[in-house]
Amino acid sequence: MRSVDADLIRQPASVLAAAISEGEVSSLEVTKAHLARITEVDERVHAFLQVTGEAALAAAELVDEKRRAGAKLGALAGVPIAVKDVLTMRGVPTTCGSKILEGWRPPYDSTVVARLRAADMVILGKTNMDEFAMGSSTEHSAYGPTHNPWDLTRIPGGSGGGSAASLAAFEAPLAIGTDTGGSIRQPAAVTGTVGVKPTYGGVSRYGLVALASSLDQAGPCARSVLDAALLHSVIAGHDPRDSTSINAPVPDVVGAANRGDVRGLRIGLVKELSGAGYQAGVLQRFNEAVELLQGLGAEVVEVSCPNFDYALGAYYLILPAEASSNLARFDGMRYGLRAGDDGSNSVEQVMSLSREAGFGAEVKRRIMLGTYALSSGYYDAYYGQAQKVRTLITRDFNAAFDKADVLISPTAPTTAFKIGEKVDDPLAMYLNDIATIPVNLAGNCAMSLPVGLAPADGLPVGLQIMAPPMADDRLYLVGSALESALTDKWGHLLIEEVPSL
Amino acid sequence: MSTNHETVPFEEAMTRYEPIIGLEVHVELGTNSKMFCSCSTTFGAAPNTQVCPVCLGLPGSMPVLNRVAVESTIRIGLALNCDIATWCRFARKNYFYPDMPKDYQVSQYDEPLCTNGWLDVTVATDEGPQVVRVEIERVHMEEDTGKLTHAGGATGRIHGADYSLVDYNRAGIPLIEIVTKTVIGTGSLAPAVARAYVTELRDVMRALGVSDVRMEEGSLRCDANLSLNKPGEGWGTRSETKNVNSLRSVERAVHSEIERQAAVLDSGGRVIQETRHFNEDTGRSTSGRSKEQAEDYRYFPEPDLVPIAPSLAWVEELRATLPEVPSVKRARLQNTWGINEFELATLVNAGAVELVEASIAEGVDPAAARKWWTGELLRVANERGVELSELPVTVGQIARVEALIADGSLNDKLARQVFEGVLAGEGDVDLVIAQRGLAVVTDDGALLAAIDEALAAQPDVAEKIMSGKIQAAGAIVGAVMKTTKGQADAAKVRALLLERLGVSE
Repeated sequence: MRSVDADLIRQPASVLAAAISEGEVSSLEVTKAHLARITEVDERVHAFLQVTGEAALAAAELVDEKRRAGAKLGALAGVPIAVKDVLTMRGVPTTCGSKILEGWRPPYDSTVVARLRAADMVILGKTNMDEFAMGSSTEHSAYGPTHNPWDLTRIPGGSGGGSAASLAAFEAPLAIGTDTGGSIRQPAAVTGTVGVKPTYGGVSRYGLVALASSLDQAGPCARSVLDAALLHSVIAGHDPRDSTSINAPVPDVVGAANRGDVRGLRIGLVKELSGAGYQAGVLQRFNEAVELLQGLGAEVVEVSCPNFDYALGAYYLILPAEASSNLARFDGMRYGLRAGDDGSNSVEQVMSLSREAGFGAEVKRRIMLGTYALSSGYYDAYYGQAQKVRTLITRDFNAAFDKADVLISPTAPTTAFKIGEKVDDPLAMYLNDIATIPVNLAGNCAMSLPVGLAPADGLPVGLQIMAPPMADDRLYLVGSALESALTDKWGHLLIEEVPSL
Repeated sequence: MSTNHETVPFEEAMTRYEPIIGLEVHVELGTNSKMFCSCSTTFGAAPNTQVCPVCLGLPGSMPVLNRVAVESTIRIGLALNCDIATWCRFARKNYFYPDMPKDYQVSQYDEPLCTNGWLDVTVATDEGPQVVRVEIERVHMEEDTGKLTHAGGATGRIHGADYSLVDYNRAGIPLIEIVTKTVIGTGSLAPAVARAYVTELRDVMRALGVSDVRMEEGSLRCDANLSLNKPGEGWGTRSETKNVNSLRSVERAVHSEIERQAAVLDSGGRVIQETRHFNEDTGRSTSGRSKEQAEDYRYFPEPDLVPIAPSLAWVEELRATLPEVPSVKRARLQNTWGINEFELATLVNAGAVELVEASIAEGVDPAAARKWWTGELLRVANERGVELSELPVTVGQIARVEALIADGSLNDKLARQVFEGVLAGEGDVDLVIAQRGLAVVTDDGALLAAIDEALAAQPDVAEKIMSGKIQAAGAIVGAVMKTTKGQADAAKVRALLLERLGVSE
């Protein structure tokens, strides 16, 4: 490999984009460098389920032609990107990490993918994930786990472990994730990268294979706050194909990331998202970041959100309930895996056998939970109550945002754990998302960014910034200020410390 | 299988039991595009050609509500005197079936768009027309499912079929469901009330222009719920009869279900809560799916759609677009046409009001229009077991025939033969006249010859007429009509006859 390639893969997307637009490097060179890196390391990382090399090279050449012809290019034109395998992409297998969708090629692009294409970005492939985005470790992928580039024996978080790992392994400078309960933010935290869950309705869900429709949200994954902002502005904005999409201007996230200022900002520490259950090293790095923010001129206040204690319980009723309905269509009738169709079984039996064969244990567990929660006679006690908790959590947020402009907490209670450590203990696994779930329930926005390595295990720690709905720009304002203060302290971004593979 | 000893004759059943009916009517809205996507709704296209990721329920696809469908539903609600919800949501009705692309149906559950309405219907009784108010519980929106065709097997049902084909062209077509409250106290009028209600509903939909309401194409479907109880006792268990595909069948289905349930109860049996399948040929129903264990559809609010919150201003805007209510319109027409209640009821029951109105608009005399639609044409419709509107005859053809009668080219008898030809598919009015040679004999010479022949054959009659008994002329006119095979103008024959005999009236 030429040395220029090694440099290209470590560049921020913003730098690559500028270089491509100035003609200093071609998109084709950048794309080839990343494809070469994938070939080199992905056997060990397993971030990708599908690499669309030929299509990527063709797309890159097209961008280069456009540039040579003097066409006006977008802010991220020619920059490669990895897409979580839960978003449809015309003609490219979309599995959602499940056997039941093996071989299915969607006949249409998701809006997110369409916007990436419209922005002349180069899609490298589809990334690994927990089956149907159910999990916090990517171990529930039917195609085998993804490994954390910081320590290949550890999980990269989940469900978007593939997207986060692809960034940390320098296989892609940007990636798309989706976040239903923390699936962008928790992987970002444990891989030392940046991940943003935009305001619900901020990014179109059209073509995002639904896990829990009222919670799902696609968002940017990057190695820096500015790169995340650039990607955010490409994919966000109203989409008439998604009725829940917000018809309002996208907050100026790029401007906020460029400005990066916390002076006079009130930052709320959420009392309930700290203390017992959080790893000491996580709390230590978090507290140091709080002091840093204060030093930058922020006013730190403590806020209480008492109903957050019920968030996990409510989430594990609402999510399975919606998922049980969303995943009903995977019945072997129209696409994907079909089992038992040998002429001896009824249509109901074939549906049942296909689902039995095609779904993994965690998916089955949640479908059963959800089916139960929606059943006649139980609906009010489970789904109905959970919706009330959801309202209370939203009120807690509203009250907290009266006192603070943004709220902060550790993103995840622990650093990356070992592959296999929690896979047989669903409750322990669910606790990974304790700090990220309230935002999904309330529909506002949040970012995770790295604030250091935990002293005991030397693994990345993430800090979560939460802002009110459609105030996504505040995430970038605070995140960028904190990131540059930390960069000043360390002399580089945290990701530079990731071991070479 | 139903056999005769399992039914009690209707009149006898009515001496012991009181029926309670409830009707669920599904109407396919005539929107250009489907409920949640832009696919066409045209009937009869090649299978699976009017589909897209949304109506196929492909992973990742999302619904976007059709505004026209909401408007149509609100207008229907207003026409049925309903309250329009200021805020309501869709729900998912979850169940696995291959005609459902998503294995759930997007429908409205506990938050329907329209509630608490009514519709007055008129039924004919021995004591004259009677108005019955049918109360409406709700009008809600839902998406239609795909259409399954089961090949092989004896029953035409999915179980036992060799294979099944599914056409998703219909999946996602906007449907509205109109559910009545229980209709009590109609006694032996129950079957007629059921029919009159569906007829009236159809007329309302037609007047609103929201659907083509063709029962034979399934754009209007009726499920009839019925239970029987002894006077003074609690309500019985109800059955739900489906596959009722014509207005006539609505009446027959209720009628036959009363006879069946009466027999079950008479023998000390228990009516089972079930879906029954009506058979048009036998006029009886067969047992379908049991509803004893109520299916759990696990309804919950559809998270992919936002709530519908029609503003008052919008609702009033839509109210202003409502056409004249069919019953009000009928009262007006009764007045304009100068007909009595009974004559109006005859027109209504025959489904002839709009046809008569349209004929008059084409220039046909009101009395003549009524005469044709409730006379000869109705007789043929009944004979064929179809609706008047389904007969292959147009109001333009009636206008043409009437014009030919007026100018003496046709008489009544010939006109009937013209319609016979038109209804038999022999072509348009003038073609039938030409091919059948139905023109009135206008040649005075030929008529006079026939008159002379008749006078010669009945000299006594000729005497009577000449002696002033002019009413006796009928016998000679009749004879002339006979020799000319009806192709003469009777009035003209009479005038020629009197002239011949030198008699004046």
